[in-house]
Amino acid sequence: MELTVKEYKHCDVIKVNGRINTQTAPELKAALEALMENGRYKFVLDLSEVEFISTAGLRVLMSAQKTCKQLSRGEVVLAGVPERVHEALDLAGFVSLFKIEETILDAVGNF
Amino acid sequence: MDFPKTETFPGAGSSLEAINTFVTEAAQAIGLDEDAIFGVQLAVEEACDNIIEHAYAGASKGDIECSCDIVTDGLKIVLRDSGRPFDPESVPKPDLDSPLEERDIGGLGLHFIKNLMDEVRFEFFPGSGNVLTMVKRKTPAG
Repeated sequence: MELTVKEYKHCDVIKVNGRINTQTAPELKAALEALMENGRYKFVLDLSEVEFISTAGLRVLMSAQKTCKQLSRGEVVLAGVPERVHEALDLAGFVSLFKIEETILDAVGNF
Repeated sequence: MDFPKTETFPGAGSSLEAINTFVTEAAQAIGLDEDAIFGVQLAVEEACDNIIEHAYAGASKGDIECSCDIVTDGLKIVLRDSGRPFDPESVPKPDLDSPLEERDIGGLGLHFIKNLMDEVRFEFFPGSGNVLTMVKRKTPAG
């Protein structure tokens, strides 16, 4: 898994490549937590290059969403979600917990 | 590829990719379609996570033996570990629809395994350990 974080004025765009599983989820968690510690709570997660997400990865997404949405200070918006990742989100009942946008531009437009 | 095909991996997160490759090659050799292969990959990943986290309660406490075999219209995968008994009945039912702030993620791994595979059976044999048998059938054509 590879992560690229780009900080913009209204939100941060985090692009994730590869597999999000028990091996790699801690890295994503640490990256999100580092941003949140700096008072950043508005995230676009670009998942277009994610091949695979297990429940270990889903756990990180939900925990970040809970923290971001507290006090209405922000949220995690998902973008470019591949069919397989969407299937996992759906099976986990996560589709109602996240805004899911087709493009990064649409996702950034939420902030 | 000759079946059955068995390989043993250290029970650690670092084995997940190799286990994934092993079952993917078997699934492809048997002729499962991409949807079915995706289901197998995710279910096996969740099952191995469960073994490492619950049966062994940590990484590198024992091995995971993975066997793949052909059954009528599909692929049978058997995962064996020598850890403590895993009782699927003890796992909470997954919470799939509470609002975000009340949502609990417990039980999702087992929910994935049961939904992604066509047959799932957990057994425990004192002296040897847990045996998880899963079957994925080919999607009927047309």
